[in-house]
Amino acid sequence: MYVAVKGGEQAIARSWDLLAASRRGDPRLLELELAQIREQMRLAVARVMLEGSLYDENLAALALKQAAGDAVEAIFLLRAFRTTLPRLATSLPLDTGAMRVRRRISGTFKDVPGGQILGPTADYTQRLLDFSLAQSGAEADCAEDHDPLPHPLPNVLDTLAREGLIEAETIPVGDPEPPDLTRSPLMFPASRPARLQNLARADEGWLLGLAYATQRGYAESHPFAGEIRMGEVGVSVCPPELGFEIDIGAITLTECQMINQFAGSKTAPPQFTRGYGLSFGEAERKAMAMALVDRSLRAEELGEDQLAPTQQQEFVLYHSDNVEASGFVQHLKLPHYVDFQAELALIRTLRQQAADLSQQETRHD
Amino acid sequence: MQTRQRWLSVLANSPPNALQTLLAPWRQRTEAPVWLRRAETGLVMLQGRAGGTGARFNLAEISVTRASCRIGEQTGHGWVRGSNAEHAELIAVADALLQDPRHQAELLTQLVAPLQGALDERRARDARQAAASKVEFFTMVRGE
Repeated sequence: MYVAVKGGEQAIARSWDLLAASRRGDPRLLELELAQIREQMRLAVARVMLEGSLYDENLAALALKQAAGDAVEAIFLLRAFRTTLPRLATSLPLDTGAMRVRRRISGTFKDVPGGQILGPTADYTQRLLDFSLAQSGAEADCAEDHDPLPHPLPNVLDTLAREGLIEAETIPVGDPEPPDLTRSPLMFPASRPARLQNLARADEGWLLGLAYATQRGYAESHPFAGEIRMGEVGVSVCPPELGFEIDIGAITLTECQMINQFAGSKTAPPQFTRGYGLSFGEAERKAMAMALVDRSLRAEELGEDQLAPTQQQEFVLYHSDNVEASGFVQHLKLPHYVDFQAELALIRTLRQQAADLSQQETRHD
Repeated sequence: MQTRQRWLSVLANSPPNALQTLLAPWRQRTEAPVWLRRAETGLVMLQGRAGGTGARFNLAEISVTRASCRIGEQTGHGWVRGSNAEHAELIAVADALLQDPRHQAELLTQLVAPLQGALDERRARDARQAAASKVEFFTMVRGE
C-alpha cells in the first residue's frame, strides 16, 4: 500500500522540463512532424490506435511523439484522451467481406478465387538492413495490372462453409447488442464478443507470447491461416437526424480467419473450427495472434480439456491490458514508505527473535 | 443507393481541400449557412462480427466529426471520420445546397461527379497495384 505525500512541486516541474528536453533530443536537428509519423511510422500508429482503442491517425501520431516512441505510454495517452470525448453513435457492423483488398493470402489453399495478393508485405524481404534508407530515397514506382482486383473479393472460408466442412459463423437470433468493456466490467465466464473486444485491445506482446504457446502445445488448436486480408473498409452510421445509413469514410483493417482442428459430437459430424482476429492498419501479427488466442479460449464451448493457461479466460483476459499492467507494475515507484517501515520493523523483530533463540540454545548446550 | 446517401458518401471520402475548392464558387453566390450545430468531434464505437459474419462485438472507437446547418429551406448534415472540423462543415454546407432543387443538378455534375471520379480513380489505381502483386505459387514435387 502506498501513502499520499505532499510537496515536491518544483522538482516535478523541473522533471517535466528535463522530459521535454530529452524528448526533443538534439535541437539542431529538425523536429518530427505529426504527418511524418503518421505516414512513415504507420505500423506504430496502427498499434497505438488499436490498443489505445481509438482510430485516429493524427492523435496516435501525437501520442507517439509525446511518448518519444514508447508504444505503451502512447496507448495510455490515447486511452486517457478518449474519455474526454462524447460517444455520438455506434457503427453498423464493419463489412470485411466488402473490403477493398490490398493484400489477401491463404495458407490453406494454393488457388483461391481472386488469387493470392501479396500487397505491401515484408514477408519476402531478406531482413537485411537496407543502408540506402539511411539517405532520402526515391519514390517507389509501383506496377499496375491492366485489370483491377475484383471487388468484392470472395472469402476463402466460404468454399469450406458451403460444404459444411467448417462451423458456420452466423448472426445469433436477434443479433444481440454486445457487451462493452469500456462501460461495464469484464465478468466471467466472458462471452465471445466480450473476449474479442478484450483481445482487440490487448497488448500485442502478451497476445503474441500466448499465441506462440498455443502453437507449442499449450492448447489443442492446430491452426492454419485460412485467410488474411488487409484493405479499406467503409464505416457506416445511422444518425438520428437523417434516419438512414451513411458512409463516413474508410479505415484500414487486417482480418485473420484461422482454420483449426475439428470438433464433432454425437449429433454433429466433425467440422473445422474457427479463430478470428481483427486489427487496425496493417497489424497482421496482432490479427494472427488474436485469432489463435480467440480459438484457444473457445476450449470450454468446444468441449476441450482446459489444461493450458492459454485456455483459461481469467488468466488471459485479466492480464492482457497493457495500460492496467503498466500501471500496476509501475505503481511500485509510488511512496510505499509506511508499508515498508512496517516490514522493516517486522524483519528486525524476527531476526532479534531468531538471535535470542540461538543464544538460548547455545546456553543449553 | 439513394442519391443523398451517395453524395454524402462521396463528400466524406474526398479530401477536404478538393471539396473546399469545388464548393467555393457556390458559397460565394448562395446565402451564408446558419449553423444549427458547429462542428463537434466525438466517438463512434466500431463493431465487428466474430468470423466476419457472426455475433457482433465492440472493436474500438473511432473519432468522428459532425456538423449541421440551414441554408434557406434546406438543412444539411455532415458526418465524417476523423477530427477535421472544416471537413464536417463543408459536407453540411454541400448537403444543404444539394437538396435545393435550384442547385442540385448543377452541383451533382460540377461538385459530386468530379469528386466521385477522383475517388473511383484512386480506388481503381490501388486495385490495379494490388492485382499486380498477385502471385502464382507452384507446389514442388518431392523427389523420390
